[in-house]
Amino acid sequence: MNEPSLKEPDVSEKSVIQIDDLSLIFETNDGPVHALSDIDLSIAEGEFVSLIGPSGCGKTTLLRVIADLERATAGSITVNGVSPEQARLNRAYGYVFQAAALYPWRTIDRNIALPLEIMGLSKEEQNSRIAKNLDLVNLTGFEKKFPWQLSGGMQQRASIARALAVEPDLLLMDEPFGALDEIVRDHLNEQLLKLWEKTNKTVVFVTHSIPEAVFLSTKIVVMSPRPGRVHDVIDCNLPRERTLDVRETPQFLEIAHRVREGLRAGHSYDD
Amino acid sequence: MTTDAMASPVSKSRKGLMSRALSGTVLPVIVVVLGIIAIWYVAAISMNSTFQRSLDARAEATPSTVEFVVSTLNQERPVLPSPHQVAENLWDTVFNKKITSKRSLVYHAGVTLAPTLLGFLMGTGLGILLATIIVHVLSMEKSLMPWIITSQTIPILAIAPMVILVLDAVGIRGLLPKALISMYLSFFPVTVGMVKGLRSPDKMHLDLLRTYNSSTWQTFWKLRWPSSLPYLFTSMKVAIAISLIGAIVGELPTGAVAGLGARLLSGSYYGQTVLIWSALLMAAFCAAMLVALVGLAENWMRRRMGEKAEAGS
Ligand SMILES: Nc1ncnc2c1ncn2[C@@H]1O[C@H](COP(=O)(O)OP(=O)(O)OP(=O)(O)O)[C@@H](O)[C@H]1O
Ligand SMILES: [Mg+2]
Repeated sequence: MNEPSLKEPDVSEKSVIQIDDLSLIFETNDGPVHALSDIDLSIAEGEFVSLIGPSGCGKTTLLRVIADLERATAGSITVNGVSPEQARLNRAYGYVFQAAALYPWRTIDRNIALPLEIMGLSKEEQNSRIAKNLDLVNLTGFEKKFPWQLSGGMQQRASIARALAVEPDLLLMDEPFGALDEIVRDHLNEQLLKLWEKTNKTVVFVTHSIPEAVFLSTKIVVMSPRPGRVHDVIDCNLPRERTLDVRETPQFLEIAHRVREGLRAGHSYDD
Repeated sequence: MTTDAMASPVSKSRKGLMSRALSGTVLPVIVVVLGIIAIWYVAAISMNSTFQRSLDARAEATPSTVEFVVSTLNQERPVLPSPHQVAENLWDTVFNKKITSKRSLVYHAGVTLAPTLLGFLMGTGLGILLATIIVHVLSMEKSLMPWIITSQTIPILAIAPMVILVLDAVGIRGLLPKALISMYLSFFPVTVGMVKGLRSPDKMHLDLLRTYNSSTWQTFWKLRWPSSLPYLFTSMKVAIAISLIGAIVGELPTGAVAGLGARLLSGSYYGQTVLIWSALLMAAFCAAMLVALVGLAENWMRRRMGEKAEAGS
């Protein structure tokens, strides 16, 4: 990764996440819940993959399996070529939860410092990463505030800064912009895209928003519920360098249309 | 118009002060205290009247009702001393004696407070330690918890003399035995509270640390410990109050010469009920102060942890 100017073609061949025939059944008090069923998915290095699907279709669960926060009951999965557990122990990924999950007794800068403290980074390194990532999510000036003094959207941005501060090669994001207003969302979409483009990170991104998915992704995974399965995988080869204007192009609208169709079809056997 | 404008802020603020006093805690507290004193007087008259009547009969006196009431309230060894007798004794033993003197109630309170605080600190430490073990070692909950609960079902009045006498036999006297009894009582609420507190972090906060591959130790310091602090302070308020009880009980078996327990004991030995009651009130005052002290520490901690100021303050 020392020569960012030259993208080697074989880089994108390397599989970061390989999922085969994966199923997950939650044993609950009122019977088993089939959260995931026969998932096959391959995510290569540098890809930006969006998971989209109706509520309860298992998007969060799939992300948690990748993060080793949940264990699959059948099938196989590797992350960076090793088991999810080994990948977690290697601190291979950064995870943004559906809610901000900030520690209420820590100020914003201390919240961002949390993973850095655990990684044992020096104070200077911590401070420079805190400043850099707060700036990235437009929260400079709020470092000494406690979470309750921030709006929900600002808290979510702080939690994104916390995940980015780890500087992982793999980012797992569970509806990170769900709580934000349209303008901030657009801004952060652009920021995230720039970051991804610059650093060649692999991103797995859960969203409910079709435009967001199409704008950000190289690949869109449409999921359907009960049991959660992959309904369609849509390649999304918009030019790598794009601005929000790309959303007006026919190519964009065509992909968006296909995603919408996929979501509809996934829903249809529901009623 | 101008005079109005100038006058209004003053009257407003005065009104504010008055209404604050009326609606705040001051008035209700005064009403309750006056109520208690009134009930106390009535009780004193009725409880002391039998003895007063037999006294009068022996002296062949025929006092008027007022005289009779006044003398029931001023007996030398009343069944129930009247509030002003206790107040007088309190005033005398708190303010009119040197605090190094054995007649000073402050001195006796100090003798009891030292083991109270030591026992409280030891009990809190033990409670935190036990809770930490229970939360981290799965099998410990099943093997330790029954013993901890059993320990509290044995009446302290049965254990205290054994502890005191056994330690006395091996030459340990004074502060430590009493502190041990305080610890015996106070570790329990801290253990129970801290087990709950250390388990209080929600799943997402724990998952977050899991994604960082945080060690058990790091999870303890960065998440479990700070989450448990509100529980710790709540249980410490209970613990410090029963620590005082432990220290007083610890003074009873050996016929100790100093301390609030000793005052209670000698008061009942010589039938000096006034003495007993002023020692009791002193103990209650000490307990209230100790609990308030923990409350102050709690507020300080809450402010440091960035909690919103309570509404109204
Ligand atoms: N710990 C659990 N125990 C039992 N069932 C669970 C558990 N977690 C999730 N489920 C179930 O698994 C299914 C998928 O849940 P999941 O949270 O992955 O959905 P989702 O796609 O993220 O939904 P949303 O868009 O609303 O966030 C749901 O039916 C849910 O009830
Ligand atoms: Mg979800």
